[in-house]
Amino acid sequence: MKLLYFAWLRQKIGTAEENLDPPGSIATVAQLIDWLKTRGPNYEGALTNTKLVRVAVNREYVTYDHRLKPGDEVALFPPVTGG
Amino acid sequence: MIRVQREDFDPGAEIAALTRGRRDIGGVTSFIGLVRDMAGGDKIASMTLEHYPGMTEQQLAAIEDEARKRWPLDAVLIVHRYGELKPGDRIVLVVTASSHRDAAFDACRFLIDWLKTKAPFWKLEETSQGPRWVDAKESDDQAAARWRRE
Repeated sequence: MKLLYFAWLRQKIGTAEENLDPPGSIATVAQLIDWLKTRGPNYEGALTNTKLVRVAVNREYVTYDHRLKPGDEVALFPPVTGG
Repeated sequence: MIRVQREDFDPGAEIAALTRGRRDIGGVTSFIGLVRDMAGGDKIASMTLEHYPGMTEQQLAAIEDEARKRWPLDAVLIVHRYGELKPGDRIVLVVTASSHRDAAFDACRFLIDWLKTKAPFWKLEETSQGPRWVDAKESDDQAAARWRRE
């Protein structure tokens, strides 16, 4: 699974992009975020306040109950500030 | 039509190109967003826009499609910049054209309101107090919510 991070999430986690293989028990976006938080204090710090974490799967906005598939591109980022 | 680019744009030239040879367009509305030199009482030296290549274009195209469904538009152009910008620099251009002004005005307002809350861009301001990511504003959410359809 390809993970992408943007803005301060990228800075806090310390990378813009990584390939990870979450355990098979991880089925939803919410579970993926909980699993990521166990990967280290940098993830924990970036993902604690989920009100500030938006998610896109394969470049479409999704909610936390979205079900993930192998090979998905999952992006985590703060609320957008375009315009 | 949408474009995401690092380079500046010329609003006059963009509008001229969009309407060249067209005789059906009765009115054109445009919005140009610029970088301000102050934010929350602090001086801004620069603003860097980060985006999500691929998704940003896809979302802008989806926003254009939505506007075209809602209003009878003859032409739409969204140009959004990324990278490091200075106060006074242009950030975004929205142009809508229709045979009647109401559709052009309303669609332009809709597009910029939706851009604020849906387009994957993030702004990092270099302020006199150090670098600072711009928070999403509740007022922007409220502006976009006016256009929501149940």
